[in-house]
Amino acid sequence: MLLIHCPYCGDDRSELEFRWAGEAHIARPEVISEISDEDFAEYFFLRDNTKGIAWERWRHIHGCGRFFNAIRDTVSDKFLLTYEAGLPRQPVPGTEPVSAGGAEGGAA
Amino acid sequence: MSNYRIKGAGRLTPARTARFTFDGKIYTALEGDTVASALLANGVHLMGRSFKYHRPRGVLSAGPEEPNALLDVARDAARRQPNVRASVQEVFDGAIIRSQNRWPTLGFDIGSLNNLLSPFFAAGFYYKTFMWPREAWAKLYEPIIRRAAGLGVAPTETDPDHYANRFAHCDVLVAGAGAAGLTAALSAAKTGAEVILVDERADVGGALLFDTSTMIDGKPGYDWAQGVLAELTAMANVRVLTRTTVFGYYNHNFLGLVERVTDHLPNPNRSLPRERLWQVRAKKVMLATGAIERHMVFANNDRPGIMLASAARLYLNHYGVAVGSRIGVYTAHDSAYEAAIDLKKAGVEIAAIVDCRAKPGEALVSAARNLGIEVLTGYSVIDTAGRLRISSMTVARNGSTNHRKIPVDALLMSGGWTPSVHLFSQSRGKLKFDAENQRFLPNIYAENCVSVGACNGTDELGALLAEAAEAGGGSLSVSGEAAFGWTGGMIGAAEGAGKETTVKAFVDFQHDVTAKDIRLAVREGMHSIEHIKRFTTNGMASDQGKLSNMHGLAIAAEMLGKEIPQVGLTTFRAPYTPVTYGTLIAHSRGDLFDPARKTPLHAELVKAGAEFEDVGNWKRAWYFPRRGEDMHAAVNRECRTAREVAGIFDASTLGKIEVVGPDAAKFLNLLYTNAWDTLKPGKCRYGIMTREDGFVYDDGVVGRLAEDRFHVTTTTGGAPRVLHHMEDYLQTEFPDLKVWLTSTTEQWAVIAVQGPKAREIIAPLVEGLDLSNEAFPHMSVAECTVMGVPARLFRVSFTGEVGFEVNVPADYGAAVWKAIWERGQALGACLYGTETMHVLRAEKGYIIVGQDTDGTVTPDDAGYGWAVSKKKTDFVGIRGLKRPDLMREGRKQLVGLLTADPTEVLEEGGQIVANPNQAKPMTMLGHVTSAYWSENLGRSIAIALVAGGRARMGETVYIPMKDKTIAATVTDMVFFDKEGGRIHG
Repeated sequence: MLLIHCPYCGDDRSELEFRWAGEAHIARPEVISEISDEDFAEYFFLRDNTKGIAWERWRHIHGCGRFFNAIRDTVSDKFLLTYEAGLPRQPVPGTEPVSAGGAEGGAA
Repeated sequence: MSNYRIKGAGRLTPARTARFTFDGKIYTALEGDTVASALLANGVHLMGRSFKYHRPRGVLSAGPEEPNALLDVARDAARRQPNVRASVQEVFDGAIIRSQNRWPTLGFDIGSLNNLLSPFFAAGFYYKTFMWPREAWAKLYEPIIRRAAGLGVAPTETDPDHYANRFAHCDVLVAGAGAAGLTAALSAAKTGAEVILVDERADVGGALLFDTSTMIDGKPGYDWAQGVLAELTAMANVRVLTRTTVFGYYNHNFLGLVERVTDHLPNPNRSLPRERLWQVRAKKVMLATGAIERHMVFANNDRPGIMLASAARLYLNHYGVAVGSRIGVYTAHDSAYEAAIDLKKAGVEIAAIVDCRAKPGEALVSAARNLGIEVLTGYSVIDTAGRLRISSMTVARNGSTNHRKIPVDALLMSGGWTPSVHLFSQSRGKLKFDAENQRFLPNIYAENCVSVGACNGTDELGALLAEAAEAGGGSLSVSGEAAFGWTGGMIGAAEGAGKETTVKAFVDFQHDVTAKDIRLAVREGMHSIEHIKRFTTNGMASDQGKLSNMHGLAIAAEMLGKEIPQVGLTTFRAPYTPVTYGTLIAHSRGDLFDPARKTPLHAELVKAGAEFEDVGNWKRAWYFPRRGEDMHAAVNRECRTAREVAGIFDASTLGKIEVVGPDAAKFLNLLYTNAWDTLKPGKCRYGIMTREDGFVYDDGVVGRLAEDRFHVTTTTGGAPRVLHHMEDYLQTEFPDLKVWLTSTTEQWAVIAVQGPKAREIIAPLVEGLDLSNEAFPHMSVAECTVMGVPARLFRVSFTGEVGFEVNVPADYGAAVWKAIWERGQALGACLYGTETMHVLRAEKGYIIVGQDTDGTVTPDDAGYGWAVSKKKTDFVGIRGLKRPDLMREGRKQLVGLLTADPTEVLEEGGQIVANPNQAKPMTMLGHVTSAYWSENLGRSIAIALVAGGRARMGETVYIPMKDKTIAATVTDMVFFDKEGGRIHG
């Protein structure tokens, strides 16, 4: 079970309190009624489904109820960063691979 | 000799006994015995039959890795558990223990014929039965295989025990309380960290329980361990859980533990749970899981009496039991010598130590020889004899054909030690192969975790203690000296397991997989360990190959001519050892399995004799049968009465969302297809919600109470996802709008009163509101009081009759319901349930989202094109609705169907075709979405999705059924009161 940091509550909480909400940073077009079929397909249907570092949305649905953004490695399931909705796409924080012995690093 | 308990040996108290039965015979044990040690003390080695060949088997181990001695342990008929490992289960007074997988008796088992037929049962035979002859599978192979194979029998009675569940957080969780785990835990605890120390045994110490020659801090290892335990137990920041297994290591240091609370007690207090599930989130995990001794792979290595050397040592040094009276030893590793020496010193005859190594350590060999033990180096055991117990071992010098038969009644073996990396592997850590010592060790960690001691390949005691102390983070200093190192040994088939012979040299005891089977798998083309595993089922039994994996891998690698890392290691998965379902579900069974949602009126509905149906988690009143009525009769009466007089209905399950704020209308404009800014306060409107793709997502009546306040209703099942959908847009797409959303589904009890006398029923109860048609017409909403209770009154109808929906705070619901029903009864009204609600709405062509629509239906397809605003420049779905496919001709549209035979009620889901005589597969036009008997119309009615439906009015379509084809005419969806006058009456 994942441990997720809610940027609004400022606390690490169990995955049970959250719901995944798809890829992040897909803005609804300003004048959606005017966009082409291709652009609509791109906006609504097509997703990257990244293996590796992914920017995604989560909602603290059984907590504060807020949607927020997260950078998660979909291979290791590590959350690299969570940040408030509305902020621009954040860069991946520098990550040190955990070495044998494992005394440092790992999940915070 | 029937008592193998040795006076003065072991740590159990001779005066404290327990009696139990095994296959009906009474035995005496000592408190603290496992079932295995108690049976061994009574000279019983035969404890089970193997899975496939039904070969007699004895206990192989003294721990959780046990593959053979799986027994049925019971207190009584209901409290019975199959497949319990005799080496783990503690004996309690009154235990009823039975052997499994044998008939008629353990000693004489008809199933052992399989052993003679074994050429037929070679690896992969099961898959081959699928292939040929095909017809034989269901009638012949499957029944035979099902009867012959398998382990215990599941209990049929309800489990009367209860189970508990706890959550915990800690700084450090230490798995394993051996020398390394105790040291790491103490070191961490002394820094003030919150520590949880877990061990699966009743007693801490790990290997120190059997290894009596190790000294730590100048004390015998076991005594040192008890001292550390006392120190830890006294610390407020430490929790020690014994009889507890860390069975699963999940993401982000989340661990599953099972604590066996009462299974060892003769008369457990019924207030105690049988087992407790711990769900622990640890900041750091320290794995001190030790190592598991491997067996030797040689011919007939599975007879009762053959066991791991360390197991025999534990039975002697902890339980005080000798596993035989003339014992042979077959080893590739030093540690077996310790077992032989301990037994010899306890007065047990050691027939010989057979060491397949040409030159084991000189000191070790001399130590054994000085005690008078014959040591044969460079020798192997090439066969054994004995039907229900080993009677002799046949040994030969490696490379020689000269045999020597040595009588024994037990044979100890040691192939060396396999580090227990199961939990590390479960955590998604990456292993690396230590080629020098032929073992896999933790390498790259995925979590904040550290492995210490034998599970990390740290075998030398001094280094182990230092490593554990350092991992704990404290400045603890512990010193120790051990007699033997854990490194070394062999993996794979031993000399004499025969490359191409027919001998049975078992690799996986529980699944009867032999060295020959693994070779066969490779010959038949399996080149990956993943395939070999599945073809042979090696390592797939409930012991998860704790003993067999490394041997199987080595044999496969040898056959393939590859290095072991190239062949690969299968991934270890949770649980480490089997976990009872009861423990995992804890209290979530019976009524709590899936809790029911009940409306505030539920008790009144029960009193009124309602039958209920499940709608999601809701219990909804389905219909209200009177004496002698079946469902059909009750629904017909309710339908008639509602239209002739009035009906009263519990609509409390309707989803309700309060949308408040200066931008509330603007927000609803964006979320619904309709226009809301034109809706006046005090009025309601039916709204349709689409997703961006233009398909209908939900619907419901929305009432505007004030400029900045809307009372939104959703479908019963749709409430949570509609709120989620609204919140999503509000928070992320339209965050500038000043709107607040609140779920009020459970705050309001909703009583629908529908029918010509609806107004008459409620009018006397309503205060401060003129209910006349002029003052309060259809689609009005007002705040008022009902019986003095603040209420929201809606003039809405889902029946086509004059209708009111009385919303009162949930706590007042029952009182208001009773008063309304009292008046209704006096005027001849009825209560009605969801079935009648469905019929009445279908008579009027009102759709149910999710029944008449399915996620591919647009508002226009559903006949609600009028609800989509043409003036708005934006709403969710505006662009999706303009997609070419959503605008094309010939889309499936909702229409009415009237069967040619008016008594024929169509089946919902029935497929519709234009020409029933065309060749199959026919061109399907759509399907029936709703179909009912309409008592009010005296005929059947149906709603259907039909391609180009609205252009087919009057056409005949056909619904082919299994036994007949039904003809129906396409009509519009309004069957009753087409002019719609009644609703305004």
